[in-house]
Amino acid sequence: MQQVFSIPKSIKKDSKYTFCPGCDHGIAIRLLCEVIDELGIQDKSICATSIGCSVFLYDFIDVDCIEAPHGRALAEATGVKRACPDKVVFTYQGDGDFASIGLAESMHAAFRGERVTALMLNNTTYGMTGGQHGPTTMMGQITTTSPTGRNRDYYGYPAKMAEQLALIDGCAYSARVALDSIPHINEAKNAIKKAFQVQLSGIGLGFVEILSTCPTNWKMTPEEAHVRVRTDMVKTFPLGVFKDLSEGGK
Amino acid sequence: MSNNNEKVLIKGNYAIAQAAVNAGCQCYFGYPITPQTEIGEYLSGKMQELGRGYVCAESELAAINMVIGAVSTGVKAMTSSSSCAVALMQEALSYACGDELPVVLVNVMRAGPGLGYIYPAQGDYNQSVYGGGNGDYKIIVIAPSTVQECIDYTYKAFYLAHKYRNPVILLADGLLGQMMEPACFGEYPYPEIDNSSWALTGAKGREARAIYSLGPIESKQIERIERIFKKFELITKNETDWEEFQTEDAEIILTAFGSMTRNIKAAMKVLREKGIKAGCFRPITLNPFPHKRIEELASEGKDFVVVEMNMGQMFKDVKYSVNGKSNVELVNRPVGEWLRVEEIVSAVEKIMEKNYAASI
Repeated sequence: MQQVFSIPKSIKKDSKYTFCPGCDHGIAIRLLCEVIDELGIQDKSICATSIGCSVFLYDFIDVDCIEAPHGRALAEATGVKRACPDKVVFTYQGDGDFASIGLAESMHAAFRGERVTALMLNNTTYGMTGGQHGPTTMMGQITTTSPTGRNRDYYGYPAKMAEQLALIDGCAYSARVALDSIPHINEAKNAIKKAFQVQLSGIGLGFVEILSTCPTNWKMTPEEAHVRVRTDMVKTFPLGVFKDLSEGGK
Repeated sequence: MSNNNEKVLIKGNYAIAQAAVNAGCQCYFGYPITPQTEIGEYLSGKMQELGRGYVCAESELAAINMVIGAVSTGVKAMTSSSSCAVALMQEALSYACGDELPVVLVNVMRAGPGLGYIYPAQGDYNQSVYGGGNGDYKIIVIAPSTVQECIDYTYKAFYLAHKYRNPVILLADGLLGQMMEPACFGEYPYPEIDNSSWALTGAKGREARAIYSLGPIESKQIERIERIFKKFELITKNETDWEEFQTEDAEIILTAFGSMTRNIKAAMKVLREKGIKAGCFRPITLNPFPHKRIEELASEGKDFVVVEMNMGQMFKDVKYSVNGKSNVELVNRPVGEWLRVEEIVSAVEKIMEKNYAASI
């Protein structure tokens, strides 16, 4: 019988799943590790980690990792890359880490055109602290700190990072993907791969915003959460490739 | 720039920058702030010329975290800044201690609190020695007093950071940063430290490594903190450094750190000429602090006068060392013009009169 699936080599053998049921971190980490395997870069990759649920990447990924304080992942990634330009350097961050507390580091790494890859999971909330409103919380969304829903007067608008990054000269690839269905998961993997390939070819920073679920804080079943991603979230955060400077890109 | 035994007339900031180059600093990350901006200016060109790393970071927060990223791969890297901006780096220093990373930070002090001003001051003793970051951690702090020492202790900062895998602060001030003095670079005098057992270089032919301070398992966290503190005991034993002059017959010992050392040395001479048996004691490492030696001198009944440009930050450490065995007085000014030699002399004379009067 032909084997059609196996756990990526870059995932630790003894790792136990620690995310909430229905959380998309599991899929995102698997895709990241599949891409690392396919590009053959496990032994020359260094990850600058983040704070929030994404911090659990340590438990799963079998590549060298350096801890970054909240929001400082792309500053550390810059330091690693400048010290070792031959290494493959990436970050794996949540929306709070990338787009709120780390916004300056994120944008400036792109402005400088650092040859690194940044993945941002957007689940519209601060997951680990129990579901507060954050930079990507959608209009009308109820959270523990927007009890009547996000409105313009109190909270302003959600940050759309994939579009923002696409405007920056030093950013070579920017896409937004989702993990709610098999076609979307396949597209997500292609986008992650592209975001590494632009680093490897030295064009600039590769960025992927990954729409993902937080069933626990959304107070939904995993299935309802994925329906929300494809019916509701994509209206605020349209999927697509916003910039691709790689060969044959748009 | 000179990298040999020739004497050159050079500004403190440039001396620190070139010493970092000589020490093999592979990456510099910084953000402009007076009075240390020349360090970044100098290194921007130099690092590019040498094919090394330089980034004018978007903030001091970013700068020190870039250093963390760079040193995690085992290379030498540093940042430099000044007082109010070093305050922004406190979180990262706590991480660097928790992660046991050889971060080198040069702080060319200016006046505080808050924005303060660009004139020199010594108000960052507490910020450096006690730190503003969270949790239990310790940083090695070395305070130069001459441009020559800016060079020597920059070399030492890189060596100690890598030897002990612990952050080191070179605590200079605006006076040293901006003054020119004859100095000699020589060669980097320390052996290279092998970082291969822990540095992140990609998991080639070995297991993947993760450097982090995250500690959900209580026992491991306790173990880590105890190991870091045990390491600092060793640092205290091996690296505590100070200098003293004419303390043998001294009745009163002037104590200062950094560039104030220059003035107490001069004041001591004047006092001696006036028949007052004065000595000088100057901690070179502010952390580890030479508590033991101060205690010994106090046990011999020698009084101390701490002279510093702050509201008495080192004063309380000297008091702690003396532990009631003799008198400790403070001569200080929070900011502004450096305490002049004659001011120090007259303050000491008043203290002598008071203590003498009290003893009869």
